[in-house]
Amino acid sequence: MSITVKFFASLRETIGKSDVSLDADNITTAADVWRMATDNHDPVGNMLIAINMEYASLDETVKDGDEVAFFPPVTGG
Amino acid sequence: MAVELRSESFDPWQVLHTHQNEKPELAGKFGATSIFVGTMRDFNDGNDVQAMTLEHYPAMTQKHLEAISSEAEQRWNLLDTLIIHRYGDIQPNDPIVLLAVWSAHRSESFPACRYLIEELKTRAPFWKQETTGANSHWVEHNTPG
Repeated sequence: MSITVKFFASLRETIGKSDVSLDADNITTAADVWRMATDNHDPVGNMLIAINMEYASLDETVKDGDEVAFFPPVTGG
Repeated sequence: MAVELRSESFDPWQVLHTHQNEKPELAGKFGATSIFVGTMRDFNDGNDVQAMTLEHYPAMTQKHLEAISSEAEQRWNLLDTLIIHRYGDIQPNDPIVLLAVWSAHRSESFPACRYLIEELKTRAPFWKQETTGANSHWVEHNTPG
């Protein structure tokens, strides 16, 4: 399974990466993506998750080819 | 309906003038235009702010701003909507966001414009990083509306 992972803003700085490509078979949920992409970093309390640019939760299932993003609360406008 | 993300500073009044002139079919149809312009302040949370960088998730931002516009058009009887939002390096007094709603009556345009800005602030993936003195920090929350 191939997953593209993105980190934005303060979360990118916390994790120290902006983009990660995962290629593994033991990925089921966004939580698995987080663990593998961050080398088991603890989830950040207020972080938001998007799968294919739609808001999601950590327990949501991912599939091959998905783009999963992790970021802090948004502050536009 | 139009949604644009811009890296360069813009004049919201010129944009409105141009946009409206490009829609001659709406002339005589709209009786109300409601507008929100968000502008960068030189202060926030008690600090002087010298500059700001606005990061975004481009494709997701475009997608959600278009979704928010569609929702407003379904909820109210609107003739047109416009959203312009900056990203990149921004200076105090620069417009950050322009929202405009055209409708026959103000009872449609006012709540629709409010809906656009409140939904944008909670759903569109933008993040502000402010420069205060020699330091910079990420803005962690929006000001209550």
